[in-house]
Amino acid sequence: MEQAYVVIAVTLALIIVIPAYRVIVGPTLFDRLLGAGAIGTKTVVLICLVGVMFDRLDMFVDIAVAYAILNFIGNLAIAKYFMVPKPDEAAREGSR
Amino acid sequence: MNVFDVLSLTLVVAGAFFLLVGSIGVVRLPDFYARTHATGKSDTLGLVLAILGIAVHEGPSLTDVKLIAVVVFVALTNPVGTHALVRSAYRTGLQPWFRGGPVPEDPTDDHDDEDLVAGHGEGRQ
Repeated sequence: MEQAYVVIAVTLALIIVIPAYRVIVGPTLFDRLLGAGAIGTKTVVLICLVGVMFDRLDMFVDIAVAYAILNFIGNLAIAKYFMVPKPDEAAREGSR
Repeated sequence: MNVFDVLSLTLVVAGAFFLLVGSIGVVRLPDFYARTHATGKSDTLGLVLAILGIAVHEGPSLTDVKLIAVVVFVALTNPVGTHALVRSAYRTGLQPWFRGGPVPEDPTDDHDDEDLVAGHGEGRQ
């Protein structure tokens, strides 16, 4: 029974590698950020599956919670940091 | 194998399938705005299904409650994070992709591309 979860975890580890292509060759900065976010989302599932494999899910689920929160906060902060409004957008912001 | 094992494996395999779809979408779709569909929708559904499958495998316990909390948290925050990224890219001036041809070179030039970006230049006047 546990072997099935090991097989799924290995498959998921291979699935996680796919968006790394977008992180490496992405034409724009935002493509790279999107690929990094996709990798983080899938890693939460992988951490839970590793917990099932080691029969210590009670410990690994806390790591998964922390990872999900860090992924979300990092996404928001980086999206805010890299936003450079266009000149007309900046003028609208100033007149608001 | 009882019925819970079958249900758990089915959910986890379905979640892994949707995560695979999301990964392929991130690589194959034509531009940034299209790729966000893959992470905003497919990845969220895949994660919800997979974690629910693991929760069924675990059985009722405190860990089960934490897994449900992870599901609720990610189902709320993953689309929000994707939307924040799209908003950042749009306000920076990243142009969407059109099937009809290449997009104008300069994203800040708002005079000669009005017909190409119809419906997109709202609020630019």
